[in-house]
Amino acid sequence: MYDFAYHKPSSLAEAARLLAADPDAKAIAGGHTLLPALKHRLNRPSSLVDLSGIAEMRGIRREGDSLVIGALTRHEAVARSSEVKSAIPALVHLAQHIGDTQVRNRGTIGGSVANNDPAADYPAAVLGLGATVRTSRREIPADEFFLGMFTTALEPDEILTAIAFPIPEKAGYAKMRNPASRYVMAGAFVSKGKMGVRVAINGAGPCVFRQAAMEAALAANWSPEAVAGIKQSADGLNSDIHGSAEYRAHLVSVMAKRAVQAAG
Amino acid sequence: MNVVHPFEGIGASVRRKEDRRFLSGRGQYTDDINRPGQLYAHILRSPHAHARIGAIDTTAARAMPGVEAIYTSADMAGIGGLPCGWQIHNKDGTPMAEPKHPVLAEGKVRHVGDPVAVVIAATRQQARDAAEAIEVEYDVLPAAATLAQAQAPGAPAVHDDLPANLCYDWHIGEKAAVDAAFAQAAHRVVFETTNNRLVPNAMEPRSAIGDYDATTGEHTLWTTSQNPHVIRLLMGAFVLNLPEAKLRVVAPDVGGGFGSKIYHYAEEAIVTWAAHKLERPVKWTSDRTEAFMSDAHGRDHVTRAELALDKDGKFLALHVQTQANMGAYLSTFAPCVPTYLYATLLAGVYSTPAIYAEVKAVFTHTVPVDAYRGAGRPEATYLLERLVDVAAKQCGFDRVELRRKNFIATDAFPYQTPVALQYDSGDYFSTLDQALQSADWAGFEARRAEAKARGKLRGIGISTYLEACGIAPSAVVGSLGARAGLYEVGTIRVHPTGSVTVLTGAHSHGQGHETTFAQLVADKLGVPVANVDIVHGDTAKVPFGMGTYGSRSLAVGGSAMDKAMDKIIAKGKRIAAHLMEASVEDVEFERGTFRVAGTDKTKALAEVSLAAYVPHNYPIEELEPGLEETAFYDPKNFTYPGGCHIAEVEIEPETGRVQLVNFTAVDDVGRVINPMIVEGQVQGGVAQGVGQALLEACVYDEAGQLVSASMMDYCLPRAEDLAPVSVATHTTLCTHNPLGVKGCGEVGAIGSPPAVINAVVDALRDYGVEHVEMPATPQKIWSILHRQQS
Repeated sequence: MYDFAYHKPSSLAEAARLLAADPDAKAIAGGHTLLPALKHRLNRPSSLVDLSGIAEMRGIRREGDSLVIGALTRHEAVARSSEVKSAIPALVHLAQHIGDTQVRNRGTIGGSVANNDPAADYPAAVLGLGATVRTSRREIPADEFFLGMFTTALEPDEILTAIAFPIPEKAGYAKMRNPASRYVMAGAFVSKGKMGVRVAINGAGPCVFRQAAMEAALAANWSPEAVAGIKQSADGLNSDIHGSAEYRAHLVSVMAKRAVQAAG
Repeated sequence: MNVVHPFEGIGASVRRKEDRRFLSGRGQYTDDINRPGQLYAHILRSPHAHARIGAIDTTAARAMPGVEAIYTSADMAGIGGLPCGWQIHNKDGTPMAEPKHPVLAEGKVRHVGDPVAVVIAATRQQARDAAEAIEVEYDVLPAAATLAQAQAPGAPAVHDDLPANLCYDWHIGEKAAVDAAFAQAAHRVVFETTNNRLVPNAMEPRSAIGDYDATTGEHTLWTTSQNPHVIRLLMGAFVLNLPEAKLRVVAPDVGGGFGSKIYHYAEEAIVTWAAHKLERPVKWTSDRTEAFMSDAHGRDHVTRAELALDKDGKFLALHVQTQANMGAYLSTFAPCVPTYLYATLLAGVYSTPAIYAEVKAVFTHTVPVDAYRGAGRPEATYLLERLVDVAAKQCGFDRVELRRKNFIATDAFPYQTPVALQYDSGDYFSTLDQALQSADWAGFEARRAEAKARGKLRGIGISTYLEACGIAPSAVVGSLGARAGLYEVGTIRVHPTGSVTVLTGAHSHGQGHETTFAQLVADKLGVPVANVDIVHGDTAKVPFGMGTYGSRSLAVGGSAMDKAMDKIIAKGKRIAAHLMEASVEDVEFERGTFRVAGTDKTKALAEVSLAAYVPHNYPIEELEPGLEETAFYDPKNFTYPGGCHIAEVEIEPETGRVQLVNFTAVDDVGRVINPMIVEGQVQGGVAQGVGQALLEACVYDEAGQLVSASMMDYCLPRAEDLAPVSVATHTTLCTHNPLGVKGCGEVGAIGSPPAVINAVVDALRDYGVEHVEMPATPQKIWSILHRQQS
């Protein structure tokens, strides 16, 4: 780890100011991606802006037919939330299966979504539910938020504050974990509701993406069998020692089927 | 009176004395130790697998804050290379190739992680910062990471004077007898396999602190070692030229080793040398990534084996050809692993009359490979137990009956194998039967059918194995190339009021010696476990010792203590005879009490010890005061634990994921001192064996980069990867050590991998699958099923 300055603002405005004033500053929430990167000296921010003191970024609440989760909400809080469980049980399931106990007690939904690791869980839910990402300056639809590997529509000094999930009729999530890291090797988040039928695939490609053929099939026939036979092309998928692109492509169909099964 | 209550002697599951310290965070590991004025070393390591080193520019780095010194090999002229402790001879009688293993790379780097320079600074961070500012010119050369690459025509030479990358080409057994047997065999079964390379991953990373006292000229090295006396000998005599009397090596609490902390590593020499040079203590502690590229790796064999059977399934002969990856340099005991710890085990539990094994050891551009939990014996067991299953399948024999048919008969001991070893005792039929019953082998098909109804492929696998441990008779290993004796040393110090301190050359790094060894004293001398202290890991306290590895601590170290206790009792009898005015021949001793035979005249050990230290009424003319005895015990033979492991797995065909669902181990480890500790040792070993079979793979790419250099890619077993591991023992006593013990540290890792893979192959029996290489990862299983389906 290299030396850095440390700031702990108590308001969103102050945090945004700190980030705008220093292009080499980095925001930190739970730190579960950034801290290991710092320890490995893979990142050298001049300062860290710790968001944990910002009250307005916390909390889980219903807003009409949406469930709004503050960016600083830890995975464990989502996993244990009766509010989330009654609105979108698939999110509880997802949160319960992120990393391990230590990760769930530190990592935040905002950090996970803003980081957009291709192997993270939350981006699949955000895209698969057609959520809206709220930031310090605007609202961004999920379809416009995830731009590529570790890349989002967020500007450097823009802070993700909350995510508004439309409450679906049905939703389900299934994933195959990388045996070593336990990150997602291939996962599918499916939903049906006022946002239509949506299938978001994570882990398999460089960025979470929607699977159009599966969405069409499920729109016509919401059943596990409808997606089980749809083959995902291996072109452009990730490949490593744990899973070739072909294996990941196969897993996409299996996980989509299981996600539909889980959704009921 | 020394009444032991409750019973704490041999056979009692006494809770581990050391756990209060460990579980409450009060262990004292090397990195917990800090010396006044201490500096920190950071090792700059090669990012390349193979490169010529050009200029090393340290100008900028030297000017950085906190930097005290920067050293390269040029500064260490006159320092010896890291020695190898075992010399193997080629088929033609010539010695193996033994290229220099420099402390810091000289002229070339030969693996990713090869140390190039060391920065010593006031803080760890400053040392690391400065290391990043060192500019090294590398002329990158082609690399050979795998056995195939290193032996290909025109392969890059790891050592310039060794164009074929061959360390040795060794053999054992009678080729003519094997050829003759094959000529008349009804069945010939060929099996080829790779034994996957593993990274040991002890919980505690390696660490070392060097200190030098200029007023006395004494050097002290604290280090994460399994054998501090061996490090003192190797580093003092071969690397730094320091006399033993001026070099103290301390291995305090050590958090796991599995073999990886046996060896003498460069960092130990670097901090000891630098502390002298700077007259300041110097500490180095590895981080996890550094551990992946600097701790000795394990396994990495490629083997072709052929078994000859008669028409009834009797094994006639075995021919094995193995290539073993040594890595870039010879680690301390590397050469003996694929030879005397491997090929000598190829008889296993079977009465195969003729065996011939050829082993080629090859240098590659990878981290050195050395002994890792089981060391050679897991490789031999895996080969044999897979081969037997393959033979059963190909020739149409039942896999259990084929094993039973070929077992060495229980009345055939001592049994001389065709590959040098002579087994003293064993009962393979009983461990097999007990395991079959415990695992409900007979009821398996019903469980398979039930699993099938759930969409899972269930398989069961068996391994009947044997290993050789309790190493080792010094004269025997000396004749085989060992450059050390392998006895052990124990001192029993009975204090004036009857408590006991034991000094042992064995070293505990997770094995629970402080408890088990205390139980030996409790059992024999009748001293409560709470009043027995075990001292180990410090060359200034313990007379000598060869350390802990090869499941030797109890069989060799415990036997040394037992012999020392015999001397205590013999002397105590003479003192007691004097006190009781009896003839020494009439004095008996049992668990803490000296008694004149046939009378009620007794003296407690504490009364005798008090007399020994306060010799007012004492046979001072014929007996020295004091009650302390030391024994060196050199074993007469190896010990031969063995048994039967049965694994049951379920495969999810959609994903290829293999889940272990049941594991049964019935082991003969000789006399059991502490059943709870034995169970823990076997379970831990099984976890590592399951890791090798299903999860762990150390992967290098074509350029020699270590792909699996962190836990993100190297998959260690987690709790959910395991299943309940049922551990039972069936005892036959070792016939040649006084305790009748055989050893239990490695049986789990040795017996389990083939049981798991045999279960995986059995699960896939409807798919025509002959073999699955380790580790049986989801991707690998899916690929096999996918290939079969398309």
